[in-house]
Amino acid sequence: MSYRSWGGTKTAVQRVIPLYWEQEPFPDTEGKLALPFGNGRSYGDSCLNDGGVLLDTRHLDHFLSFDRKTGILRCEAGTLLSEILSFTVPQGWFLPVTPGTKYVTLGGAIANDVHGKNHHRSGTFGCHILRFEILRSDNSRILCSPSDNKDFFSATIGGLGLTGVILWAEIALKAISSPFIQSETVRFGNLDEFFSLSRESDRDYEYTVSWIDCLVHGKNLGRGIFIRGNHAPPLPPPTNFSSSRNIRNFPFSPPFSLVNTLSLRAFNTMYYRKQIRKRSKRLEPYDPFFYPLDGISHWNRMYGRKGFYQYQCVIPEEESEFPVRELLTEIARSGQGSFLAVLKHFGNIPSPGILSFPRPGITLALDFPNRGEKTLSLFSRLDEIVASAKGAVYPAKDARMSSKSYQQFFPRWQEFLRFKDPGLSSDFWKRVTKGDECNAY
Amino acid sequence: MQRILIIGATSAIAQEVARLFAEKGNRIFLAGRNPDKLSILANDLSLRGAIQVEKGLFEATDFDSHPRLIEESFNSLGGLDTVLIAFGTLADQKKCEGSVEETLREISINELSILSLLTLLANRFEKQKSGTIAVLSSVAGDRGRKSNYVYGSAKSAVTTFLQGLRNRLSSSRIHIMTIKPGFVDTPMTASFKKGFLWATPESVAKTIIKGIEKKKDVLYTPFFWRAIMIIIRSFPERLFKKMNL
Repeated sequence: MSYRSWGGTKTAVQRVIPLYWEQEPFPDTEGKLALPFGNGRSYGDSCLNDGGVLLDTRHLDHFLSFDRKTGILRCEAGTLLSEILSFTVPQGWFLPVTPGTKYVTLGGAIANDVHGKNHHRSGTFGCHILRFEILRSDNSRILCSPSDNKDFFSATIGGLGLTGVILWAEIALKAISSPFIQSETVRFGNLDEFFSLSRESDRDYEYTVSWIDCLVHGKNLGRGIFIRGNHAPPLPPPTNFSSSRNIRNFPFSPPFSLVNTLSLRAFNTMYYRKQIRKRSKRLEPYDPFFYPLDGISHWNRMYGRKGFYQYQCVIPEEESEFPVRELLTEIARSGQGSFLAVLKHFGNIPSPGILSFPRPGITLALDFPNRGEKTLSLFSRLDEIVASAKGAVYPAKDARMSSKSYQQFFPRWQEFLRFKDPGLSSDFWKRVTKGDECNAY
Repeated sequence: MQRILIIGATSAIAQEVARLFAEKGNRIFLAGRNPDKLSILANDLSLRGAIQVEKGLFEATDFDSHPRLIEESFNSLGGLDTVLIAFGTLADQKKCEGSVEETLREISINELSILSLLTLLANRFEKQKSGTIAVLSSVAGDRGRKSNYVYGSAKSAVTTFLQGLRNRLSSSRIHIMTIKPGFVDTPMTASFKKGFLWATPESVAKTIIKGIEKKKDVLYTPFFWRAIMIIIRSFPERLFKKMNL
């Protein structure tokens, strides 16, 4: 079956074997390498396995136990975060960390050790996982926690699904007293303002992130809108609030990208200017605050048939200002970016995963319509800036980094090989290890 | 609050129907073959809000066990308001063509065992003068085709039996619903290539719940299968027999 990943720049043909019950043995892949597959929201090729087998885990979606007093939830790994939220929010519990879409599986969130707007307070998703079980291709099962099989625990968190199929996991949820978020947006005129707003906001706000206008350079370089919020205290719900969200659908992929320099300049200027006052406060349901893009299903189609890339990197804390400025200048000059351009400060809570992406510093994420070689060569220039700043590029978003860059960004990859399941692989993994894996065994 | 018996509860469509029933705080009895799967599902349903979940082992072709299962579910839930029969196997047509034994086995699972359960349930429901019996038949039963006629004829018999039962029990105010799903992405169809006509078990389950609420007699799901089957049934046999279906 032919699958595209979220970015749509990569297609792979593979046999899909759905997994339905956690107690069933590892399926017969007829000697082919397999890859556990969640909801396919990875942008590049970390969720694809051309010529091999995809183990579709979406049907492993049973809730196994939930303690309403402590907020500890155990459920199967194919459960979507959206399904967890609709189950736990009415009972006063929220995800301790959530990425920008709720349409990812629990297993996928662990395998990519995802992060959210509260990284500076709560670290990564993996920091809140208490234990899980993996099924290996030799049919063995390993129960992993910070105390049992600790090494497999830290290899699986951020391990891109390559240590075994995560069957179920236990997660410590966070108590909330309202499904609403008190949020504030603040307009800022340049990068210096971003840094000072970020420092100030991290102190008082649990959630912080900012949108930036990636087309502007010069003295307004890095202008944008800072978004910050806290869970609201118990309040009577606003009377005009409807809990069901109107989800729109992007019905098909147009032959060309709707995102181009013209539409982008218009949009960015409008978005930046629409906020007339410098600050604006509101009380909003958690859904639009955390998942603005989930309001349009298949929004990725607006980039047309050629698809799009996302480039997300992190620049380490010390001396992050200069490299971030360099990256933004390079991007603004190229004129290639898109609406979605995000800056966020990562805090210093360490991830348990040995291949986790987040590390203390500034993370920058941008979408780029796929313009072929032009886009790829921009990315190579960005990689160089990231490499010289000793940063890293995020595998979950990546479709093109070189094996050299990967191995530089994730120096512990060889240590990881001891825990990798020899029966599993992905297009991403083949690309970034390029046969070096065999030499390392 | 309703008391619901689901036979073949671990099938993909049944699981999704069960979840919707659970979220509304009903009492549910799950019957199925595999105790481990039943336990996982029972747990899931209790967490989702079912106020009582019971389980019983059930083997379709063990006809002697049918009265016991129905008795047990009646007793443990204190009566039944709704029954969903959802088990089945998708016969391997080629294998059936080469083996009488295989054909009879498929007929036994997909037809005879359902008729046995329906006979027992009908008498119970007739006495209590209320309730719903919903059964998963299939669009495959609407017309025999060379690729799938063993399964199709079993489903066709179920559909006809349900028609008769509906007629018999309408004066007792029993709601009999024939569910005719089209292509649904489930373990039963795991080896098929999926295209745009395919539906998810979740969406099919929603239509089943709605159908039960609205007391539909025959439910095509997704709805467009009604139109597709009108066309397929309308071909004269003289032409149809030459078609590659």
